[in-house]
Amino acid sequence: MYDIIINFAYLIASVLFIFGLKGLTHPRTAVRGNFLGACGMFLAVVVTLTDRHIVSYEFIILGIIIGGAIGAALAIKIEMTAMPELVALLNGFGGAASIFVAGAALLEADSITNAPLLQLTIATAASGLIGAVTFWGSLVAFGKLQGIISENAVLFTGQQVINAVLAVLVLGLSVGVVLHPESFSLYWILVGVASVLGVLLVIPIGGADMPVVVALLNSYSGLAAAATGFVLSNNVLIITGSLVGASGIILTHIMCKAMNRSLTNVLFGVMAAGGDGGPTADEVYGGKVKSASPEEVAMLFDAARRVVIVPGYGMAVSQAQHPVASLASLLESRGTTVEYAIHPVAGRMPGHMNVLMAEADVPYESLKDMDDINQTFDQVDVALVIGANDVVNPMARTDPSSPIAGMPIIDVDKAKIVVVIKRSLSPGFAGIPNPLFALENSLMLFGDGKKMVLDIVAALKES
Amino acid sequence: MEMFIMSFTVFVLAIFVGFEIITKIPPTLHTPLMSGSNAISGITLVGAIVSTGTELWITTVLGFLSVVLASINVVGGFMVTNRMLAMFRKKS
Repeated sequence: MYDIIINFAYLIASVLFIFGLKGLTHPRTAVRGNFLGACGMFLAVVVTLTDRHIVSYEFIILGIIIGGAIGAALAIKIEMTAMPELVALLNGFGGAASIFVAGAALLEADSITNAPLLQLTIATAASGLIGAVTFWGSLVAFGKLQGIISENAVLFTGQQVINAVLAVLVLGLSVGVVLHPESFSLYWILVGVASVLGVLLVIPIGGADMPVVVALLNSYSGLAAAATGFVLSNNVLIITGSLVGASGIILTHIMCKAMNRSLTNVLFGVMAAGGDGGPTADEVYGGKVKSASPEEVAMLFDAARRVVIVPGYGMAVSQAQHPVASLASLLESRGTTVEYAIHPVAGRMPGHMNVLMAEADVPYESLKDMDDINQTFDQVDVALVIGANDVVNPMARTDPSSPIAGMPIIDVDKAKIVVVIKRSLSPGFAGIPNPLFALENSLMLFGDGKKMVLDIVAALKES
Repeated sequence: MEMFIMSFTVFVLAIFVGFEIITKIPPTLHTPLMSGSNAISGITLVGAIVSTGTELWITTVLGFLSVVLASINVVGGFMVTNRMLAMFRKKS
């Protein structure tokens, strides 16, 4: 009877999680959805606390207080620009929690019986493996996003061979754990080797590919939770883990498609070296780049009726989202239509730019997806590109030999005038020059994103 | 084996539910989706609580560590998601 009540409560919790995710299908219902999810979690935790196997509560309460306090502090303090770092960190913690829970379950099973069920041992090995890869992979991703580890691809000879050897070793150890569940140390050796694999898998991935990696690790953290569900034969863990796993996979797929690359190419291939055979920077830019002053750009905006702003990672770096939003509302107050064109891989995680603009109080209706806005660029008077480069490079459309060939881009070059705010003509992640900057209808505004936008706003107010 | 098939059925069906819902989430909300899914994947807390409360001291230690980690996910995930979602507003 008791088990029935608990499992029924878990079922309600699972349903609440599903409704919670469903709420996220629209910004209007999203806050309520998140609340439903939190209710589901509260219910699941409360019923679990009544479990008969629990003999003492001190450490449970202490752990929840410590973890809850750390989580709350992170959630309140974090800057919106640093959201990718936080999500990477949380992915990692989820993975690590799975390692420990599965390890504890293995020990308990050993203490009760000599031959734990096959499902338990297989799932334990999977939890340890996926959990360790997730934890260490996420820490490396966090380090790269924070700039503690080089954001560039870290490559060394024999990398693939070492990874292959480690992968075989990890699989061998997993089989070992299944065959000898009584050997507790074998499990921890598996966790150790999988940890090294996790570090090595993420270290060769460069900064602009981070959206893919963060999404993939998000998926892994879900799969680790699902595997732990198999260890404990607990449906709420299995259901929740698969929901999160599916979510991460979908986001990963969307990110890869937005770069026209396959997942294997992101994970194992390095982007084709820039410039090989393609035009050099001098050929592309030579004498054709026009630079403008903030005052000149302000005059262009003054005459424009429709403006589209294209934000990129550079905007996040210079924390320019608030000035950009005030420029937009100034223009709107003068009767200009202002919209934002968001490329799926702009920034360092899926939806990064949308959150930054929402933080700056930009209504979500103004944030347009790439596919929706691309058809209308011939009616745009001024397109303002701030801190984006490869995602607006027309070479993706025109040059089949370019490393970004076929990548969907935002067609700013079709606007009447393109203004690009950028520190210099240095190439983006793909390492190739951008012919957009040399176009007849392009103007470069060289300088820090935030300062330049503030200068334009000041000039507009004076005119 | 019977138990495994039951669990596996749930697993596969839940993945389908996940695909159905998540493909409908607009790109604007992809960051809150990730932090929100972080929060619910903190459901490992349920397993962690039971491990912590048992008599073996070593499972208590392992359980305690996972309770801390999972609680960070749950509390941090839901709170930061709420903070972000509250910023998404309609055109006034």
